Amino acid sequence: MKLNTEPNFTDPDTFYATLTDLHRELESEQSTRVNARLILLLANHIGDLEVLKEALALAGEVE
Amino acid sequence: MQNTYTNPVYPYVTSDDFYAQSPTHHSVVIVGAGPAGMVLAIDLAIQGIPTVVLDDNNTVSVGSRAICFAKRTLEIMQRLGCGQRMVDKGVTWSHGKVFFKDKLIYDFNLLAEADHQLPAFINLQQYYFEEFLVDRAMEFDIIDLRWKSKVISVNSITHGNEIEVQTPDGNYHLSCDYLIAADGANSQVRSMLGLQSKGQVFQDRFLIADVLMKADFPTERWFWFDPPFHANQSALLHRQPDNVWRIDLQLGWDADPEYEKQEHVIRPRIQAMLGKDAEFDLEWASVYTFQCRKMDNFIHNRVIFVGDCAHQVSPFGARGANGALQSAENLVWKLARVIKGRAPTTLLDTYNIERQHGARENILNSTRATDFITPKNHISRVFRDETLRLAEHLPFARTLVNSGRLSLPCRYSDSPLNSDENYSQGNPVFNTILSVGTVAKDAPIQQTGSDDWLINYLGNQFTLMIKVSEVISNDLLLQLKPLSAIEDLSILVISDIALPESIDALATVVHDPKNLVTKRYDLQHESAYLFRPDQIITARWRQVSSEKIHTAIKKALGCELETAS
Repeated sequence: MKLNTEPNFTDPDTFYATLTDLHRELESEQSTRVNARLILLLANHIGDLEVLKEALALAGEVE
Repeated sequence: MQNTYTNPVYPYVTSDDFYAQSPTHHSVVIVGAGPAGMVLAIDLAIQGIPTVVLDDNNTVSVGSRAICFAKRTLEIMQRLGCGQRMVDKGVTWSHGKVFFKDKLIYDFNLLAEADHQLPAFINLQQYYFEEFLVDRAMEFDIIDLRWKSKVISVNSITHGNEIEVQTPDGNYHLSCDYLIAADGANSQVRSMLGLQSKGQVFQDRFLIADVLMKADFPTERWFWFDPPFHANQSALLHRQPDNVWRIDLQLGWDADPEYEKQEHVIRPRIQAMLGKDAEFDLEWASVYTFQCRKMDNFIHNRVIFVGDCAHQVSPFGARGANGALQSAENLVWKLARVIKGRAPTTLLDTYNIERQHGARENILNSTRATDFITPKNHISRVFRDETLRLAEHLPFARTLVNSGRLSLPCRYSDSPLNSDENYSQGNPVFNTILSVGTVAKDAPIQQTGSDDWLINYLGNQFTLMIKVSEVISNDLLLQLKPLSAIEDLSILVISDIALPESIDALATVVHDPKNLVTKRYDLQHESAYLFRPDQIITARWRQVSSEKIHTAIKKALGCELETAS
């Protein structure tokens, strides 16, 4: 695995709060758009296709 | 309604074969005089192989159809002798704009690498392209072009074919060793043999229209996603020669093609797109759906399928005609050597192997563009729209915007014809984006004081390119001597130093005035590249020997495949 699944956040609690705050006032459709933008921004930051594919595969494991 | 172009009418001539008592036998018969068929005939003629070309019509393409011709196509056409005519008539473009809803999101300049003989792309109506090919074909006595000649039955057996041809005079029979089907997406040859091309039909309809502009409009490619004049759909505007503009309007699956084709329906749509003041005449229009599909095997006994009948793609990405030409070129040098007895028939299998790879790559690219243009579900549309919104300010998102990518030549990296790459500590010894299986990269050269291009010295036969930058060793001369006797090999020496006169009998010597051949191929003294007759790199070495080259040529001719099977 090239994808880092070990703890890596500088401040996990603040990240989580900021993420949920971002969505707090949004309609579901707006949230979908915000999430799409966030994925695109972060994916470009990572860049490495191998890492992205591993993350996509893990994310796809929903029940 | 077409005013800028009049289709030529080619004469039907009764063939001597019509009067023959028994079916006349030909080595190669080509069905279809479209881009693939004509390129096959001309390229085979250059190889000295006579052909009969049968076409059920007597003119070139009706309507502009394929309009984007990529650099690789132009290089092939240059080798066939009609590249310059295409470039002269075509529109060379590099600028484009992308719009989303009512906004210009960004513009781009493709900025092709400099110092190539041919441009990255030109736009030219398919009828001109075909007309130039027919003109060129008519210069060869060994091309027997028969118009109004429709193949109505095919009997294919392991070692040959019998066909029946319908003409205005009546029917006659022919037999041939090789039948090449280049009869388009709805191939009759394919259906008559009960073969299929399988894949995906896109549930969408497009209006394609050519308009003649009465005022200036920039030479750019404009693409709209979800424009205000055509909500929820896409639109494309692209310039062709003669002040004709190609317009592509997505209509959706529910559109009625017969209704949409009417001028009074088309005009207001186009007016809204061009602005209310734009004056234009409608030249030609058609409504189409498209498919991405291919045959499982492009060879059936001795029937070989080339172009749209073998592999069909959506138009986004310009990989239809451009892909067809790469297939035709891939087949010709192999077939010529098999017919002449210089290569085993198994070499033909590599046409299927290499072009299946090419077709998959083309289908993948064109499907991806289609999926971006026409998102398949809600979340795909959200990603598409947010990508476009981000692209307005953030360049990273522009890399994801896909309204059709530049058609690039296929890389045959895994071809069984390639010799192995040489590695040093895990890295290829050549530091360049080229590899075995990639097509030659052009660069300026000079011969006896005149400027020329590397690409013009490659092709039609094997070419060994060697760099000489130091005093040439006796050993190298000794190695080159027996090679210069190989009929199917030419030797090209890249050198900027004085060489002994004895080299002139063995090789063509050219200079590298901008040092770009050296750079693009990462050449050192005695580095060598072996190119196939289709200008594909098949082997390369830091140091050559006549034995290595013999082995590589044998491999590229498929001789190892025969012993393996």
